[in-house]
Parts: sequence; structure tokens; C-alpha cells
Amino acid sequence: MESSRRKFLKIAGLSVLGLGAKPVIESFAQGIEPTYSTDKKALKGKKWAMVIDVDKCKDDCEDCIAACHRGHNVPKIDNVKHEIKWIWHEEFKNAFPAQEYDNLAERLEHKPFMVLCNHCTNPPCVRVCPTKATFKREDGIVLMDFHRCIGCRFCMAACPYGSRSFNWFDPRKYLEVTSPDFPTRSKGVVEKCNFCAERLAIGKIPLCVEACKEEALVFGDLEDPNSPVKKILKERYAIRRKPSLGTGPNIFYVI
Amino acid sequence: MYDSGKIIAGLVIFIILITFPFWYNHGKASIAPDRVLPKDQKECVEEISYMTSSHMQLLNDWRTSVVRDTNRIYKNKKGKTFSMSLTNTCLDCHSSKADFCDKCHNYLAVVPYCWECHLTEKGNP
Repeated sequence: MESSRRKFLKIAGLSVLGLGAKPVIESFAQGIEPTYSTDKKALKGKKWAMVIDVDKCKDDCEDCIAACHRGHNVPKIDNVKHEIKWIWHEEFKNAFPAQEYDNLAERLEHKPFMVLCNHCTNPPCVRVCPTKATFKREDGIVLMDFHRCIGCRFCMAACPYGSRSFNWFDPRKYLEVTSPDFPTRSKGVVEKCNFCAERLAIGKIPLCVEACKEEALVFGDLEDPNSPVKKILKERYAIRRKPSLGTGPNIFYVI
Repeated sequence: MYDSGKIIAGLVIFIILITFPFWYNHGKASIAPDRVLPKDQKECVEEISYMTSSHMQLLNDWRTSVVRDTNRIYKNKKGKTFSMSLTNTCLDCHSSKADFCDKCHNYLAVVPYCWECHLTEKGNP
């Protein structure tokens, strides 16, 4: 009798141990968990920036605008109140209002300057976004998560460069052809240049830079001493848009 | 009991009325939709049962990973890799949104707004 109780307890103890071990073994048996990773080809930087050589940029050329807007499904809406812009032309007096003066060099006065989101070091749009739809990535890109945008347009009020556009209508009505590499937006969402984050992720440079035959647009990492932007900025004097506001714009204009 | 006849009759009528939808529709349940599965592929990103029950969580995780963490490559439990893209990965196999996505979504009366932005066909909105 004594020995059989002992046996019973031993078996019971082992069974409990076995039951406890089952989920542990099962979780190991399931194999590896799914993982997320970046593409090996992805371009990695610490502070992406662009240098625009104004003299190289041709007045009547719109290759960069066309490439960007086609690639990102940006609709063409003629009404200026409703238009959507990622990269566009602006005259000196509008692009650099505090730096304008009478008797400005003739070649600059009516020159169309390429302007886009400045991917500021201290972006005001990020600070005001109530849903964190706009955020600053570690590589310097000011990116939007369109899924999160509630269309409050605080960012449009905060951006001193007018780099943001609001979709008053379904943009698909204004798109004849769409690129499958990037989604469209929906009505009620703000959008802006994303420095081609989707292309950097697969090892390609931004569309506007790629499209520019004159090589007026140069893209690179400011923290990398050998990057093309750093090389130009070492030698040439460049201006930025509204630097006194303290936003730290990362688009440089060599004039 | 006073007025038992009226009360019982009233109760019977009440029960008939309240159970009306059950016995009226008995045996007429709408048939579950028959999704059109891709013919040339046998395996999805994860197991079919997981995809059926949790594809929305998976897509949500993909979205966060791609947009927030810059990670665009997904390696599943079996070690196979996928580019995390609704239009370019999911719809590559499930080529017809109407035959695959919409059938179940309509049956369950869910209206996901994926397609307001993500394209279903390549080249046209």
C-alpha cells in the first residue's frame, strides 16, 4: 500500500511536469518566427539632403516634375486652390522672400527655382501633427503615414514652405495613368514629397534626381564626407529657404 | 388567475412575433461565398487558416513595418521572403479583387478602405 501511494505520487508529479513542458516544447517546435528586414540594396544615410545647382537647371525643363508626379500618382489639377504639388517651380522672390532685393541679378530674377519639401532638421509639421502621421525618420526624411492622416491640415499651416497639399477631391478622378509602384491618396488626406523613401528602400535615388539630364539636382548624405552633396557644399556657397525660421532646411541652392 | 385566456393568447402571439425572424428564415441561410483561389500557387504568405482569420493583422503589421521601420522584406516561418506590398505581392497571385477580396467582405458586410489608395490593377486607377 505504502509503495503504491509513493508510485502514484511520482507518476502524478511527472505528469504535471509533462503538461507544463508541453507549451514550451510546442513553441520551439513551431520553428522560427517571421522576421522583418530591409532590402540589402537599400541606400542608408544619416541625413539625406539635396543640392540644386541653379545655373544648370534649364528654365523650360520640367522633367523632374513630370517624373516625380507620374511616379507618385500626383494628380494634375489646374485650379491653384486645389492643386497637389510635390516638386514645383517658384520665382526667387517667392522662394527666398527675405533675401530678395531690388536690382537682383537678372539671371535669377525670373528664374524658376525647383522647390520641394525641405526635409527640415527641425520640422514644424511633425511637431503639430496630432496623430503622428507625419514623423521624422532616423535618416532625416520627413515622412507621412497616409493611413494615419485625419486631414486636419495643421501641418499645412505649420509648414513655411507651402510644401504640403490637401486632397479636396478623390485624386483618382484626375489621374489618367497610375504607377503601380506607389499608391494614390484618398480624399481628405494631406500629401507631400517623401524624398522617394520607397525608392531608397530598393537602392534607387529619387525620381527627380534620376530624371534631371543636366544633373542640376544632386542627392546624398550630409553626414558622409564623400557624398556628392557634401563635395559640392565644401566648395560652393549655397542658400536655403527661410533659414531664419530655424527649421533647418536640407535642400541647398547653389546660385 | 383572472383573464387567463387573454393573457395566454397574448403571450402566444408575443412569442410568435418575437421568434418570427428565426422560423421565417429557417433553412434559408445565405450560402458562404466561394472565393476564387489562385490556381498556380498552393501556399500563401503564411498558412491558409492563419491568412483567412488574421490577414488584416498581418497587413497592419506590414504597414507599420514598411512605413515606420523602413523594413520591406518579410521572412515567413518557413524562411521564404516576400516584399511587403499589397498591390505588388498580394495581388500578384490574387489577381482579381472582385473574385477574392470582395466576395468575403461583401458577405460579412465589412468595407475595408485599402482600395481607396492602394491600386487593384496595374496601370489604371
